[in-house]
Amino acid sequence: MSNVLVVVEIGDGKLRAHSLPGITAGAQLAAALGGELHLLVLGAAPQAAAEGIAAAGYGAKTVHVGAHAELEPFTAEAWADAIVAAARSLGVAAIGGTATSTLRDALPRAAAVLDAPLAPEVTAIKGPRVFGREVSAGRAIAEIALEGDVVCFTARASEFAPAQPGAAATVAALAGISAAKRGATVLSIEKTQSARPALTEAKVVVSGGRGMREGANFKVLEELTDLLGGALGASRAATDAGMVPADLQVGQTGKVVAPNLYFAVAISGAIQHLAGMKNSKVIVAINKNGEEPIFQIADYGLVAKWEDTLPRLVELVRARKG
Amino acid sequence: MKILVTVKRIPDPVEPPKFAGGQIDTSSAKWVQNEFDEYAIETALRLAEVGGGTERLAEVVVVSVCPATKREHVTNFLAMGANRAIVVDADDTQLDAQSVAQLIAAVFRKEGADLLVSGKLSQDNESNEVSQRVAGLLDLPQATFAASVVWDRSANALQVAREVEDGVETKRVPLPAVLSVDLRIVLPTSVKNGATPEGHPYPDKPRLASLRGITMAKTKKVDVLKPADLGVSVGAKVVSRGVVAPPKRQAGKIVASVEELVEKLATEAKVL
Ligand SMILES: Cc1cc2nc3c(=O)[nH]c(=O)nc-3n(C[C@H](O)[C@H](O)[C@H](O)COP(=O)(O)OP(=O)(O)OC[C@H]3O[C@@H](n4cnc5c(N)ncnc54)[C@H](O)[C@@H]3O)c2cc1C
Ligand SMILES: Nc1ncnc2c1ncn2[C@@H]1O[C@H](COP(=O)(O)O)[C@@H](O)[C@H]1O
Repeated sequence: MSNVLVVVEIGDGKLRAHSLPGITAGAQLAAALGGELHLLVLGAAPQAAAEGIAAAGYGAKTVHVGAHAELEPFTAEAWADAIVAAARSLGVAAIGGTATSTLRDALPRAAAVLDAPLAPEVTAIKGPRVFGREVSAGRAIAEIALEGDVVCFTARASEFAPAQPGAAATVAALAGISAAKRGATVLSIEKTQSARPALTEAKVVVSGGRGMREGANFKVLEELTDLLGGALGASRAATDAGMVPADLQVGQTGKVVAPNLYFAVAISGAIQHLAGMKNSKVIVAINKNGEEPIFQIADYGLVAKWEDTLPRLVELVRARKG
Repeated sequence: MKILVTVKRIPDPVEPPKFAGGQIDTSSAKWVQNEFDEYAIETALRLAEVGGGTERLAEVVVVSVCPATKREHVTNFLAMGANRAIVVDADDTQLDAQSVAQLIAAVFRKEGADLLVSGKLSQDNESNEVSQRVAGLLDLPQATFAASVVWDRSANALQVAREVEDGVETKRVPLPAVLSVDLRIVLPTSVKNGATPEGHPYPDKPRLASLRGITMAKTKKVDVLKPADLGVSVGAKVVSRGVVAPPKRQAGKIVASVEELVEKLATEAKVL
């Protein structure tokens, strides 16, 4: 078989937008393998969501539904069971999806049980089992080939366009799925509440670093963010200090973003931060120290204190936006 | 209680990678421990010790898959305070994540360990898969990307805050289990064992080895095993086809004022 199975995530009964780039990567891989694209939806009762996804199709032949009480809320243990069962019963050549915290948790576990190799956070599909990916904090690009009957991949959201709706797909139930949490329990999930677009999907990202000094000072960055309809980001130093929630961290260990416009305010430009934003189209750096490495990759640099420049910047952008 | 901590050696990430023959050239690299594994040993030590005192609640055993002759990173972890070490003698650069995971899983079984603590990610190949694979191979519960952990000793379980896509998930796992740690696990109050007094002044980074620790490290036991001793035949289903430097980004211009910046963004870059 040469089919590709993409595991997608649902929330509020609908496909989560961050799953769309993984579908695109899966479609490219299916084309390279000469096979079909299939989707897998998992949950306690995901039938209705699966039907909604199938109606939009996204280039897939079939949406497979794995229903089991243990699959909700998400745990890597139960999801890996279901992914292994689906891979075996469908006999696919590849399994993957967007590199979210969900799949990065569950897919390697499933791959181990399947004795399958995995290409993590790929940035390009280069051939039937050949992938491009960044290593060493974005300072090298590797091409890797995977061997075996089944291979796994996760796709970096910033490098694949969201899949578009297309012809409707069929819906099929996966029979006899077993899934168990191995004694684990999810006690709570605290979501960061935000009306802004997700970091990895935003066209504009405004990030602040240690030089912002405290959380309250992010207010001026938030004003700029909202004027531009963007997302707020931060460096590790700012998230570690609790100025903003940890899920706003951009970098090797946080989110990887590639918006049209990226503002790095009071951020020095450590390699681990650059790894998460250097593929942005236009980079603006505002920093009081002109020697910082961030200026080596910025398209526009302003050597100044944020206190002296951000309020005026907000004013000018507001005037322009009318 | 026995805690295994994994450590990988990597080329010093401070040095930009060198390229030769279409691959990364590590012939002149200085090898150091993966920083996430420093966070892992710090986590294990904070779980095992009682706030600065000498009492220990757990034995901490370091495991690395590396050439037996290239194990300074293991010695460093012994100097930080691990009790002993196991080196699986193999050329780690020729193994894929599944092989490494099989070896670590075999050591875990052989030792009858209760907990594996590993880093979330190798800073060089950035795979983020070995810990999850070990958990899968051992069929144990896993708590990955941990930002904080509380060891509930009476229930023999861990309560772990995990940094996930859009927030923080709190997951409880019974022991034995696999834990992988994220950056914020080394903040002062991130690890609690119910014995170290609240407010114990931990720093916000992994500890440095003391002079005494460095001397002691030389006397600590290091077992060297071959993959065959563990009944594992290793290989790699992941083959490198080549590694290149990314296209270099041109440094742009320095603007003199906010006015000029906005003007350039609007008319030149056309992003406003
Ligand atoms: C394993 C590992 C993983 C990591 N992963 C990440 C990651 O994913 N993302 C990440 O960001 N970092 C990561 N880091 C941390 C990284 O190495 C840097 O420490 C971090 O990015 C520094 O953040 P910063 O630029 O905000 O702080 P600093 O480096 O301290 O820079 C602060 C900047 O603010 C400027 N400044 C100060 N005051 C003002 C002012 N009033 N106006 C204007 N400018 C001012 C200063 O000139 C300076 O350039 C990681 C590190 C390790 C070891
Ligand atoms: N050769 C190795 N020896 C011991 N531990 C390893 C080795 N390779 C990876 N690990 C562990 O697995 C974690 C995740 O690595 P990776 O999956 O390669 O990103 C690392 O932080 C290490 O703790």
